[in-house]
Amino acid sequence: MRFFEEMEVGQRREVGAFTFTAEAIKSFAGQFDPQRFHLSEEAGRNSLFGGLAASGWHVGSVCMKLMIVDAQRLMSDAAARGERVAVWGPSPGFRDLRWLKPVLAGDTISFATELVSKRVSDSRPNWGIVQARQTGTNQHGELVFSLIATAFVPRRDASA
Amino acid sequence: MTTLSFEDFPPGRFGSFGPQHVTREDILAFASEYDPQPMHLDEAAAGKSMLNGLSGSGWHLCALMMRMLCDGFITRTASLGSPGVNEVRWLAPLRPGDDLTLDVDVIEARVSKSRPETGIVTFKSTARNAAGVALCEMTSPIIVGRRAPVEETR
Repeated sequence: MRFFEEMEVGQRREVGAFTFTAEAIKSFAGQFDPQRFHLSEEAGRNSLFGGLAASGWHVGSVCMKLMIVDAQRLMSDAAARGERVAVWGPSPGFRDLRWLKPVLAGDTISFATELVSKRVSDSRPNWGIVQARQTGTNQHGELVFSLIATAFVPRRDASA
Repeated sequence: MTTLSFEDFPPGRFGSFGPQHVTREDILAFASEYDPQPMHLDEAAAGKSMLNGLSGSGWHLCALMMRMLCDGFITRTASLGSPGVNEVRWLAPLRPGDDLTLDVDVIEARVSKSRPETGIVTFKSTARNAAGVALCEMTSPIIVGRRAPVEETR
């Protein structure tokens, strides 16, 4: 992954796509979000969603998964080239998460991330704080998911 | 069992829910599926991270908070879903063995302009560990059906 100094506002990256099967939707919902429209096709059809709909937390968790898998692929490529690899810190949170359209069984969602701001941390000057807009788009080209995530990114010149 | 409607959510403390016990295996299972970072999977790597030890994914904590909201009241509420989440703040790490409780306040309740048979209730939910330390604050609206109007008779 990149260091703080190498990141530029406006940089965008596609991180991958995921198909939400009925089985996966019901499995996640049964564990974490057992509302009827996430568990049964019939209840989903009779809801505002119009079909079996994935939990919004399932969509967010899959976005996280694809972001991390993509980042780890970049890190291993960089390490293979003998480059120093930035290890990102934890995230203090996110804001403005929007579930804009339902994610229904069989939908394939493509996720992307775009840097919207960067600054040096006041309390931890070896770290930068970046904000990125993460989005999910369905197979019809409709935006279904969006949030603004915050993360700690190491500065290149900080002592390891 | 009665179903809770928009009218049952006046601003103020709504309730406290849990406890929800979280095992090391729960943390590893969620992280390996959705957030495979070393700080959530590997004790040695986690010990060197900013969080000083194995911690659960923030998304796992959010999903557990959703489960506590469902078990607490949402599955017996006329919930029509949620448009999103205003803000999530991860304040302290989720640790193996934590027993979570959830304090839930209604911070706003208003009738929907576009669908007047529904209302939008905005909750602030705070997850705490057994020591009372706040781990996560979430501010999120849900759409709730209003109680059917009673026919006036005369």
